[in-house]
Amino acid sequence: MSQGATPSEPHAVAVRTENLCRHYRMGEAVIPAVDGVSMEIRQGEFVALLGASGSGKSTLLNLLAGLDRPTSGAVTVQGKDLARLSAQELAKYRLHTVGMVFQSFNLIPSMTLLENVELPMRFAEVERGQREALERVGLGARLRHRPSELSGGEQQRASLARALVNRPQLLLADEPTGNLDSHTGSEIMDLILELNRSLGMTVVMVTHERPLAERYAQRMIFLADGKLVDQQPSGAAEARA
Amino acid sequence: MKAYDLVELAGRNLRESVLRNSLTILGISVGVASLVAMLSLGIGLQQLAGKRLEKAGIFDTVFVTSRRDFRGMNREENAGGASPEQARALDEPARLEIERLPNVVEAYPDLRFITEVRYAEKPHLTMVAGLPYSAGNTDAFEGLAGSFFSSDTAPEAILQKPFAEQLLGRKPKPGLDDTKAADLAKELMGKDVVILYAQRAAPSSGEETAESYSVISRRQTLKIVGISDVDPEGMRGPVRANLFLPLKLAQNLHVMQASDLRDSMRSFSNVPTYLSLTVRVKSPKQVEQVQNAIKKMGFNTFSILEASRSLQRFFKVLDLFLGIFGSLALVVASLGIINTLVMAILERRREIGIMKAIGGSNWDVKLLFFAEAGAMGVVGGVLGVALGWAIGRVINFGTNLYLERQSLPPENLWSVPWWLVLGAIAFALLVSLAAGLYPASRAARLDPVQALRYE
Repeated sequence: MSQGATPSEPHAVAVRTENLCRHYRMGEAVIPAVDGVSMEIRQGEFVALLGASGSGKSTLLNLLAGLDRPTSGAVTVQGKDLARLSAQELAKYRLHTVGMVFQSFNLIPSMTLLENVELPMRFAEVERGQREALERVGLGARLRHRPSELSGGEQQRASLARALVNRPQLLLADEPTGNLDSHTGSEIMDLILELNRSLGMTVVMVTHERPLAERYAQRMIFLADGKLVDQQPSGAAEARA
Repeated sequence: MKAYDLVELAGRNLRESVLRNSLTILGISVGVASLVAMLSLGIGLQQLAGKRLEKAGIFDTVFVTSRRDFRGMNREENAGGASPEQARALDEPARLEIERLPNVVEAYPDLRFITEVRYAEKPHLTMVAGLPYSAGNTDAFEGLAGSFFSSDTAPEAILQKPFAEQLLGRKPKPGLDDTKAADLAKELMGKDVVILYAQRAAPSSGEETAESYSVISRRQTLKIVGISDVDPEGMRGPVRANLFLPLKLAQNLHVMQASDLRDSMRSFSNVPTYLSLTVRVKSPKQVEQVQNAIKKMGFNTFSILEASRSLQRFFKVLDLFLGIFGSLALVVASLGIINTLVMAILERRREIGIMKAIGGSNWDVKLLFFAEAGAMGVVGGVLGVALGWAIGRVINFGTNLYLERQSLPPENLWSVPWWLVLGAIAFALLVSLAAGLYPASRAARLDPVQALRYE
């Protein structure tokens, strides 16, 4: 994880959305999961997206990840207008520019940890050598085990390693501690914070736990009914400053 | 994704649900096996029929008759031709002319006559034929006990096995053909037979053409040199002969021929005319060309190759039908592939979503499912060819067991040429890939957000 993620300008914009909308059709009804969100996230910033369930925070994260396409509005990440990318280009974007971590880890159960971590490298058609990523997350001994044989903490470490192998500039985490006990959750959060600090990686984390956001994120963005209702710097930002 | 990674991932996915995938692969291999079994049976039968005919040496043979004779053989052709009376005679100059045609190996007259054969002072009436010296080189004499003629004019005879039995006063038992030619040869070899025949001779006046000729009774002693197990003429001769003597010798005997009687109404000449000629062509490919050249000379021609066109067509149709029936099983098996892969998509919905979320493209997902279908096809194809081959062996073995009980020689009804092996595997792969088309594109279209939403 040498270069790549290090921002050249500390205040350059990593993510920008303009009046971003994602509406779902459910029969006759239209559900505005994300409804006119405009925001900016700086290069190297650690941002928490907060809101009750159904507030649209996960949908917003999927839009940033290029997994979902906006109904209207624009989303630009690292200078790329995601709405204009083809399916093929979006896949490339997900492969090289973003790394994702999920609440339920989302490791492929039939593969060993090592194989799971190597998978993005197979897609990227690069030589596989992921020791660095695995050591960074503190996993080295249990590479030949399948996810089901490991604890939640270990699985989340592996999924973090998988998110890092292609050296992305943006880490998107969807409730990364939601399935972990508080102790293990803190360990994972420390790890993410460490990545944010040492590599200058931009982190966007979805959570519904305000204390967690207060502790780790520099800024908190509050969503309700798909709209951005409030944003404020957290205690962590003050501590950093 | 790189090809190596693709194959490795496909392989591991197939191993992951071993039972289901093995059953699918088994389905494909049964399909391929039935295809291979059916087609190899068709090919085997065709080869068997072809070998029989080729052994008789008749695919490279053209029969020539004068238009004066055998009007019935090729009716349409004769309709517009010269009238029988004016048609060219099939005589020695014509024979030489035919022999000089390109690609003709030799042209020899068909000399055969019914006559009395004496062995141990007992008379037997039978068909006698002249056999060209070149016949000794063909594999028509596979079943010969003894030897072939020592020369083209040697006073020697080769007997057909049933006739040899007759000479020895034994009755050939029908169906149970267990007498060995070699046993008969022991008793008959070197013994003499005498043939009595009618010689046609020019009148003593010595003129080139005359209004009459004489018929003189003659006898010729022949030494038995061989007993033939299979009819060396195969289906060549119009009437099967029981005793063969060298052709040159037979010609020199000037035996009365059936055509001579009719020709006796006309002037007699010393130039011999023939009832029919047998023309051997260099290879079956040139038969048609030689046939046309001879037709142009004003003779009727007939070749088994021409006659066997319909036989070849029959085998083409047979192969087609066997192939269609064989493929049906493979088509059913391909439905199995579709079913298995669609099930796999439902099961691996989440996995597909994960792959897409971490950067796998639609194309990657599609290729992966395609590779799995292809791998099932190749493995099923290889197993199927082996299975089909084994089925063929077993049926062949069973058939030969039956043939043996019926006292018939064993036959190879089964033939699996290398192109069938490769073709069957390629076909299995092709069918599997076609079957994978729909599941693969369905997997590729899967929305990752939907796929990841539920546990």
